[in-house]
Amino acid sequence: MVEQEGFRRYIAHIILWIGIAIVAFPVYVAFVASTQDNALIANGQMSLLPGGHFFEVYYQTIFVGTSGSTREPVGNMMLNSLVMALAIAIGKIAISIISAYAIVYFRFPFRMPIFWIIFITLMLPVEVRIYPTYKIVADLHMLDSYAGLALPLIASATATLLFRQFFMTVPDELLEASRIDGAGPLRFFWDTLLPLSRTNMAALFVILFILGWNQYLWPLLITTRDDMQTIQIGIRKMMTTNDALTEWPIVMATAVLAMLPPVFVVVAMQKLFVRGLVETEK
Amino acid sequence: MANVTLRNVRKTYPGGFEAIKGVNVDVGDGQFCVLVGPSGCGKSTLLRMVAGLETVTGGEIDIGGRVVNQVEPADRDIAMVFQNYALYPHMSVFNNMAYGLRNRGMKEAEIKTRVEEAARVLELSAMLERKPRQLSGGQRQRVAMGRAIVRQPKVFLFDEPLSNLDAKLRIAMRVEIRKLQRRLKTTSVYVTHDQLEAMTLADILVVMNGGQVEQIGNPLAIYEKPATTFVASFIGAPPMNLMSMRTEEIKSQLGGSAGEAGILGIRPEDFVITDQTPAGGVALPLTIEAIERVGAETFIYGSRAQDEQRVAATPGELPPGEVIVRIPGTEAPAIGEKIRVAAVRQKLHLFSGDGRTRIEA
Repeated sequence: MVEQEGFRRYIAHIILWIGIAIVAFPVYVAFVASTQDNALIANGQMSLLPGGHFFEVYYQTIFVGTSGSTREPVGNMMLNSLVMALAIAIGKIAISIISAYAIVYFRFPFRMPIFWIIFITLMLPVEVRIYPTYKIVADLHMLDSYAGLALPLIASATATLLFRQFFMTVPDELLEASRIDGAGPLRFFWDTLLPLSRTNMAALFVILFILGWNQYLWPLLITTRDDMQTIQIGIRKMMTTNDALTEWPIVMATAVLAMLPPVFVVVAMQKLFVRGLVETEK
Repeated sequence: MANVTLRNVRKTYPGGFEAIKGVNVDVGDGQFCVLVGPSGCGKSTLLRMVAGLETVTGGEIDIGGRVVNQVEPADRDIAMVFQNYALYPHMSVFNNMAYGLRNRGMKEAEIKTRVEEAARVLELSAMLERKPRQLSGGQRQRVAMGRAIVRQPKVFLFDEPLSNLDAKLRIAMRVEIRKLQRRLKTTSVYVTHDQLEAMTLADILVVMNGGQVEQIGNPLAIYEKPATTFVASFIGAPPMNLMSMRTEEIKSQLGGSAGEAGILGIRPEDFVITDQTPAGGVALPLTIEAIERVGAETFIYGSRAQDEQRVAATPGELPPGEVIVRIPGTEAPAIGEKIRVAAVRQKLHLFSGDGRTRIEA
């Protein structure tokens, strides 16, 4: 870092604080709104200080849900989202680490064409193939199920490529030493490659969990039952009320709750992440 | 304990490149065989073929009386020490050594005994719980050796195991490897490009060049009677001086059957500064161009008259007309000085004009 004299450093800090304020203010407003009385918000008289309804609002949000629009406890929505996000993150990591292992360490016919086919699927995200994917999931009777939510999103070219790149940096001698030590392909994968990939898996997990948690379009299409909807869909549905007042404190509480798991994952995994970067294990 | 016998071993890569062009080597039980040669000569490939890491496209590899061409590396009863050690980075030193034993289903108590014994021999006992990254280069090297020892294999294979260490440690480890091998009496094959390592370690020295064996034998025998100009210039440092013998003067001096020879070789250490020409020997007038003082000895780089061309011989080739002379460190010549050096008849090496055959005169 370049040392700067006092005045210029203050300017830099002020700019940084303005940036933080811009990002943090909406989050703060959401939190404040979730602790106020609904009538106050509807009147446009919301104060910028937290109100006194915190426990009441959050209890209702998590265990009861809105009294008008969805009537589904947000706790259940969070569980749905959690199952989907975990299934997507873990499923993607499991599938892609295995396919990357096959592509890097085995010589089989059409190895490179298969690699390129996987590569090309990068150009086909869910949004592009949404109709055929919906058709397949519907035909397999997986609408309104966890399998239907997670399975179509599991196959991942990105993660396969990432593991492929990592495997290619693992020295060949490790494989050779394993062969001499009597470890077959499965043993080498399990005893050597997986432990070495730990930090890569952690990094991917963070990214993929957030990706899964924030899915909107796909859950919107394939879930119709209220008890299967994810939290992202729930927020949207809560806001659509025909004649009644939108229950803003509950909507805002749901938004705050929707932010917590990704934040938790990032904070929890960050340590492993940083430790992985500091300790070079190769 | 086992012999390692290579019978006309060949390796041709799918692209048609022939890396090993028919090698025959016989390593006796408990012997230490060193494969030496410049980079790209196929010595590492040959070792990896013995280990089973490369396929054999011709000939037979025989370990302990069993042809192992189609046998998996794990079933060949060999252990290998790699150049970069190839330790499992996520396992402790203990587990690194125990891994191969566990995979073979050995009892945990027996594994513990063997690993602790190896650790004691290699002075690693205090480090068994550490990870490889917490060890110094020399310690990692010893762990790699330990991994080989605990297996108690028929054959040790070493692939340039010392080339990642600094010069001082390399010498210390070289001695340790030799002592260890002597005590365990395990047949060993060792690959190196360092001729000094090769000379000091080997019972049998195999000098390789371009996928072929140039010469096999006792290291000192090879030093004293190199079979080709390649071996002559590769074994011994600084390399042997090789001079083409077009000059009638030299030919007449040698006389006899030396007449067929095309190349004359003289080691730097076999020259003496003298005004006399020994009977049947060779004398050369030189102008000193450079001096390297090493302490105990001094190397003189002198130039001969330009009409006496020197043959091209890799590696360690000298420019045409240059001669290296080793003299005791106590003498103090000066650059530009004109001297006359001579070598006696017994110290002369004669080769055919193409450098492929040694001529005994």
